[in-house]
Amino acid sequence: MSHQQVKFYQTGTLTVGNRLLDEGQRTVQATLDRSNSLDSGHRACQGCGEALGARYAIDAAMRATDNQLIAANATGCLEVFTTPYPESAWRIPWMHSLFGNAAAVATGIAAALRVKGKDNVRVIAQGGDGGTTDIGFGCLSGMFERNDDVLYICYDNQAYMNTGVQRSSATPGGARTATTMPLGPEPGADFGQGKNVPLIAMAHGIPYVATASVHNLHDLEAKVQRAMGIHGARYIQVFVPCPLGWGSKPSDTVKVARYGVESGLYPLFEAEHGEVTNVAKIRRRVEVADYLKLQRRFAHVLKNPHQLEMVQAIADRNIRRFGLIDAEGGQH
Amino acid sequence: MFQIRIHGRGGQGVVSAAEMLSVAAFLEGKHAQAVPSFGSERMGAPVVAFCRIDDKEIRLREPVLEPDALIVQDPTLFHAIDVFAGLSPQGYVLINTSKTTKELGIADAVKDLPEGHVRTVPATELAMKYVKRPLPNAALLGALAAVTGAIQMDSVVEAINTKFPGKVGEANITAAKAAFESANAS
Amino acid sequence: MLKQIEGSHGVAEGIALSRPEVICAYPITPQTHIVEDLGSLVKGGKLTNCEFINVESEFAALSVAIGSSAAGARTYTATASQGLLFMAEAVYNASGLGLPIVMTVGNRAIGAPINIWNDQSDSMSMRDAGWIQLFVETNQQAVDVHIQAFRIAEALSLPVMVCMDGFILTHAFERIDVPDQAQVDEFLPPFEPRQVLDPANPKSVGAMVGPEAFTEVRYLAHHKQMEALDLIPEVTADFKKIFGRESGGLISTYQIEDADTVVVTLGSVIGTMQDTIDEMRADGTRIGAVTIRSFRPFPLGALREALDGAKRVVVFEKCLAVGLGGIVASNVRMALRGEEVPVYSVVGGLGGRPITRASLRDLFANASKDELEGLTFLDLNQEIVDRELQRQQQDAHSGSVAENILQDIGVVATAKTA
Repeated sequence: MSHQQVKFYQTGTLTVGNRLLDEGQRTVQATLDRSNSLDSGHRACQGCGEALGARYAIDAAMRATDNQLIAANATGCLEVFTTPYPESAWRIPWMHSLFGNAAAVATGIAAALRVKGKDNVRVIAQGGDGGTTDIGFGCLSGMFERNDDVLYICYDNQAYMNTGVQRSSATPGGARTATTMPLGPEPGADFGQGKNVPLIAMAHGIPYVATASVHNLHDLEAKVQRAMGIHGARYIQVFVPCPLGWGSKPSDTVKVARYGVESGLYPLFEAEHGEVTNVAKIRRRVEVADYLKLQRRFAHVLKNPHQLEMVQAIADRNIRRFGLIDAEGGQH
Repeated sequence: MFQIRIHGRGGQGVVSAAEMLSVAAFLEGKHAQAVPSFGSERMGAPVVAFCRIDDKEIRLREPVLEPDALIVQDPTLFHAIDVFAGLSPQGYVLINTSKTTKELGIADAVKDLPEGHVRTVPATELAMKYVKRPLPNAALLGALAAVTGAIQMDSVVEAINTKFPGKVGEANITAAKAAFESANAS
Repeated sequence: MLKQIEGSHGVAEGIALSRPEVICAYPITPQTHIVEDLGSLVKGGKLTNCEFINVESEFAALSVAIGSSAAGARTYTATASQGLLFMAEAVYNASGLGLPIVMTVGNRAIGAPINIWNDQSDSMSMRDAGWIQLFVETNQQAVDVHIQAFRIAEALSLPVMVCMDGFILTHAFERIDVPDQAQVDEFLPPFEPRQVLDPANPKSVGAMVGPEAFTEVRYLAHHKQMEALDLIPEVTADFKKIFGRESGGLISTYQIEDADTVVVTLGSVIGTMQDTIDEMRADGTRIGAVTIRSFRPFPLGALREALDGAKRVVVFEKCLAVGLGGIVASNVRMALRGEEVPVYSVVGGLGGRPITRASLRDLFANASKDELEGLTFLDLNQEIVDRELQRQQQDAHSGSVAENILQDIGVVATAKTA
């Protein structure tokens, strides 16, 4: 595995390279000898949450597996912007087959490795919310049910971004997308019952399920590392803002992610075999409106008190359901 | 070529009968082809299976339209479908029943067949006695061996053993032998 | 070793002898016995070093196969009809990626209306997907050609579909000489992948290809199938050396040497046709037959050569290009480009309708007198057709064609009384 000479552009500060932290607490990205699995030069938009999340996640997985990793990628933004023919930004063995079969392809790779006795080589499947919660759902469930030794990472930017921002079953209520335009009094996306894939993953009883976010990259890395220490079917869903699709500033990506999580709209938790084992408490609770204000896709909601209430209700329910706020904590 | 058509209902082992018959012929060094004619798998529905036996390679794949022998595992079929269609004028008919052909209402249909070619075999009774299940196929194969000579009883025994090893096979063999003896005696 | 076994079971034994490493199983009539047998062979320890995976759909089956083949494992799966269509996206993907997967298609009709019986429309629906398509005539060939398929697939880095008539072959008990392991090992070396996912040598597979390169990639796929036209006869010759029998190849011929009328067909129907041809020859009709064994690549040259001298050609196929006529007939006509020989297209056996010597004899007799239409549907019941057309004319709400016909021919009525 060749290493690139990594340059730290920030100089004159101790925070570069996490030098204020102990070695053990530093992120993979802070080290010079990280694998750089997703190399620079890819074609992601400025401020792309998915590129950020994928880079952290895969490098963490590479460290955890001593660089013995193979990835199967669904069709989508990540696949498209990392492999603009004739170039590829991936420095790991990587395969793209179809939109809906990343989980199944990963199952196949894992089976081949098993039969060849290559126990140390691990497999990751990855895709966006479209490829995971909709078209890839059958294969995902099959992989879970068989407890195949695959970590599936879903980068959730809450719509089909690659094809022009159309609605997916992960699109939150009220959001504007190209197929859920807020015309007239109707909200953008329907306020339905939602499709909570992490909970569905838990219902399959698989060894590890987690949600993560690009505002807390240490946490994301730690979760990937924990997942790679487990064998069997695992699922991590990463909250990745999409500036283009959400109508947010590219420079706000991390902030948008933080506000989404700290408003209660995107709970971060871990679960094993169907039981929640860990919940990230909200440290400084954010008003739902402050989160929505950062994104033009929710402009309509902000003008509509009823819809705003419905979004707030979702946040309140998550906070209650997952115990995101302690009695004493979570001040506004 | 000797062609056998087996009629019955789903669950009576019609397809197994054809298979075992083909295995019996194979054990004698002959070529044999056994094919079921399906509907969707459903107990009680009419089922037909075919078996061809020949000394040379069998290339023909059409249904058995001109059987040399008919095995009727369920006599209620006489009034449901044309069981006798295409039967050779020298053909054999083995019927799983304790009734007579007259009582079954088919005496006319078989009256022109050669003497001794139409036999009734209480196969279900024999099966219940020895196998404890109403699967008449093994017994009927024993009777077929006796009546037509198309296959030998030893081959039938070995074929049954191949399909049903152990106690089940032995019980079926006993039923087959009993049918063979009684068919030879009559 | 000679055995009297079900075709499916023979195929399972042939696959097992080929030392597959990953098998993906999803059931669909009429291939279920194959995957069931393979499952038992793995579970019972008779087929070792093999992962048997029960998947949740045919799309998953071929997708798992794509992953496992890309990671360097010899991979097998089986399907038919609706299942083949359900995995259609993956079928194109597998050949586009150049993965040497071997797949059995237990030829079965495609709905609607739903039909579980044999015809070849399923394989035909994927004829242009880039897979090699081999058709077998007997269960002996089914066993042999599956073994050959792995070798062909891996030599070319291209997936191979082995097509065998559902029920007629899959569920028929007949004599099969099952090869022994030593023979198969001599014939089929271990899988050496042309491309493989490997951390020691990381590569990206499956990138987007734009207008500047797509044509060249597709041309090379076609070129590879042209190479297969040479490779397939080589493989079958080698097979004959080791196993001692003719199986596979591009085409096979029967009594064509002085034939005026030559029938061209695929699959098991050739058996019945050979009996019919013998009868007609005895009566003085100069008739013969060619069976296409490799449908893709299509053996234009071999076919043209075999049909040289024929006064007329009858193409008999168990499939239909709705709105055109014969699929195989169109392909055969390409082989006869420039030749002034009439090609009669016959569609028969659809949805499992039996093909009888009697019908074939009439058909061939008419053909030999040039008294056939350009397109014939064998054993079509014109009365039923006319009655339904009349119904449709007289009533704008005439209802479902299929249900009307079933009622008309009394199938519904007899089902009630049985």
